[in-house]
Amino acid sequence: MTVESTAAREEARRSGTGGKRAAASGEPSTSRSASPGGGKGRAAQGASNKQGAAKKKPAAKKAPAKSRKPAKASAAQPGGDEFVQLLTPEGERVHHPSYDVDLTDEELRGLYRDMVLTCRFDAEATSLQRQGELGLWASLLGQEAAQIGSGRALRTDDYVFPTYREHGVAWCRDVDPTLLLGMFRGVNNGGWDPNTNNFHLYTIVIGSQVLHATGYAMGVAKDGADSAVVAYFGDGASSQGDVAEAFTFASVYNAPVVFFCQNNQWAISEPTDRQTRVPIYRRADGFGFPGVRVDGNDVLACLAVTKAAVERARTGEGPMLIEAFTYRMGAHTTSDDPTRYRTDEEHASWEAKDPIARLRGYLEREGRADEAYFAAIEEESEAMGKHVREAIRTMPDPDTMAIFENVYADGHALVDEERAQFARYLSSFADAPAAGSTQGGH
Amino acid sequence: MAATTAPAARKLPIAKAINESLRASMEADPKVLVMGEDVGKLGGVFRVTDGLQKDFGEERVIDTPLAESGIVGTAIGMALRGYRPVVEIQFDGFVFPAYDQIVTQLAKMHARALGKVKVPVVIRIPYAGGIGAVEHHSESPEVLFAHVAGLKCVSPSNSADAYWMLRQAIECDDPVIFFEPKRRYWDKGEVDPAAIPGPLHQAKVVKEGTALTLAAYGPMVKVCLEAAAAAEEEGNSLEVVDLRSISPIDFDTVQRSVEKTRRLVTVHEAPVFLGSGAEVAARLTERCFYHLEAPVLRVGGFHAPYPPARLEDEYLPGLDRVLDAVDRALAY
Repeated sequence: MTVESTAAREEARRSGTGGKRAAASGEPSTSRSASPGGGKGRAAQGASNKQGAAKKKPAAKKAPAKSRKPAKASAAQPGGDEFVQLLTPEGERVHHPSYDVDLTDEELRGLYRDMVLTCRFDAEATSLQRQGELGLWASLLGQEAAQIGSGRALRTDDYVFPTYREHGVAWCRDVDPTLLLGMFRGVNNGGWDPNTNNFHLYTIVIGSQVLHATGYAMGVAKDGADSAVVAYFGDGASSQGDVAEAFTFASVYNAPVVFFCQNNQWAISEPTDRQTRVPIYRRADGFGFPGVRVDGNDVLACLAVTKAAVERARTGEGPMLIEAFTYRMGAHTTSDDPTRYRTDEEHASWEAKDPIARLRGYLEREGRADEAYFAAIEEESEAMGKHVREAIRTMPDPDTMAIFENVYADGHALVDEERAQFARYLSSFADAPAAGSTQGGH
Repeated sequence: MAATTAPAARKLPIAKAINESLRASMEADPKVLVMGEDVGKLGGVFRVTDGLQKDFGEERVIDTPLAESGIVGTAIGMALRGYRPVVEIQFDGFVFPAYDQIVTQLAKMHARALGKVKVPVVIRIPYAGGIGAVEHHSESPEVLFAHVAGLKCVSPSNSADAYWMLRQAIECDDPVIFFEPKRRYWDKGEVDPAAIPGPLHQAKVVKEGTALTLAAYGPMVKVCLEAAAAAEEEGNSLEVVDLRSISPIDFDTVQRSVEKTRRLVTVHEAPVFLGSGAEVAARLTERCFYHLEAPVLRVGGFHAPYPPARLEDEYLPGLDRVLDAVDRALAY
């Protein structure tokens, strides 16, 4: 490892990309000044140890940079040409040479409505968790534009493989929102029919579904269909081997899959610079397909870039990676406490980029929606909240014997035997319900 | 299964029987795909898929990148699209990069979807030892899969079973891990593609006897048959049950045998500790407690990494180790 010149480090800090040399070599590049919060991590400790060793052995190649902490490639304002934006945080419409959308007023209002209702549903779910109706909730707060923009770029015959946070995409796919709550309430592990809305079940193991999406896309290509498949994942998942393998398979088979990474800056408590030394979208280069970073809080930009990506997929041009640069405004899940690892200042800086406020600002400024419209959406969101609350409170617990259901499609002798044994056991209790019902078993 | 076009009964090595089985399955159902490392042009490192790509094309016999998790993960995706992928993992010890996909996704997806999707993926794994290989090429990981609900695990011991069990595994709507006894790949046996096979998960009495039951599967069935022949010369009549399926296990067939012979020895290459033999012993003790004249004894591998090739003859349970257990059981 060589010590980088001050100029190179300064350039890396300014550009916020980690620096070209760092990207090419995978070596750390920045000084401590570029990352005032550094020095606490394992890597930083390793660096200081090495520093000590370097004093004894002053061989140039052993000398480390002052800190292994890379430039904050992801958190820095990537406002250069790598960042597709069509609507500024102030709600001003801007244009990009490669990506654009031309939407009617109705379509624009539709995007607003989607985001507001998704956000309301999400807030309702968070409240229901606080009230004990849900065991857990993974909020999408802050990611409405990334999800609605990408979700609205799809046709009904396209297929979506979500993580467990894609409530907005589910909304775009017309999945009944209350179905999403079952797994968080603990009555099932998913349970909707993925083929009804071409929206696969939520996947909890990080990154696994990206391979399923790729395989599904390989099947689409075999069928000669022109559908596209979208794999959703996050910045944390970008470290998973399955995601890298999915990139490889998609690339070598030219599969019609769009990799949609919502970089919300945080994988529970780990910032993106614990996952990558280069902006995530640039990973695509090494696999031989294009990667684009888009303003993930700009619903128009997310729509435009995703539309372009699915169009590529449809026309046999293969995969594309989209990095939607956004922010997880809430906790990782309702079990998480983000005050332990991130600052109020950071949170506030992203509040100023709110995806819903910026679209509303645009609609108001351009006179594309009036107060009556916003009031109507507000009313609709109230009604939705009421519907969700009622649905969750009347959601039945599963039958005890559901434990044994659907373990196999073609049956299995051991499951049959254990089901029968357990039913006998349950019915051995004096207060056992009548045969045929074991609801609320012991 | 179209018997009309099936070729006549022939003597085939197990590897060729599997090849014919894949061929027949692909002819019968255009959704059947074969995928894995080197399965195409090369025909697999054991030549099990020899000629399939030539006849069915690269779209159906897919040489994959060298990434096992990717192979299984994309196979799941293709199954969700309506295909029936038959995946080859090149060797037993290389399945572990795919273990996460197999256990957390393949096994559970049907249940997760409350039965609304099926993932009919077959994973073929040449397994177990005896071919003088380097590390990771001789292991018997079957219980690591049999322990997982949602998976089915089978292992044929002969050519006819290899042919039919694979055809049945491919037709099954559940994921099936198909363990192929690689050191028996070249053993020949008659395959009749016009036969009517029994149920996939049913055990078979492959030799009748009266004094003791040997329960085995895969590569150890042959060893048990040899042990039974040797015992016969000493005046002991052993019954040999080929379990064929490790998930589920056909305990009924073993029970019928043990009620007759009153003694049971389980035999597998996998380590004895928490092996499938332990499960058979526990179940049969429950079911046949008053019939048993001796505790169920287990023969198998040791709680040690599979040894270097020069030691594998000592490590693998052979005829003498089986007969030693037989003698001990008979001495009760």
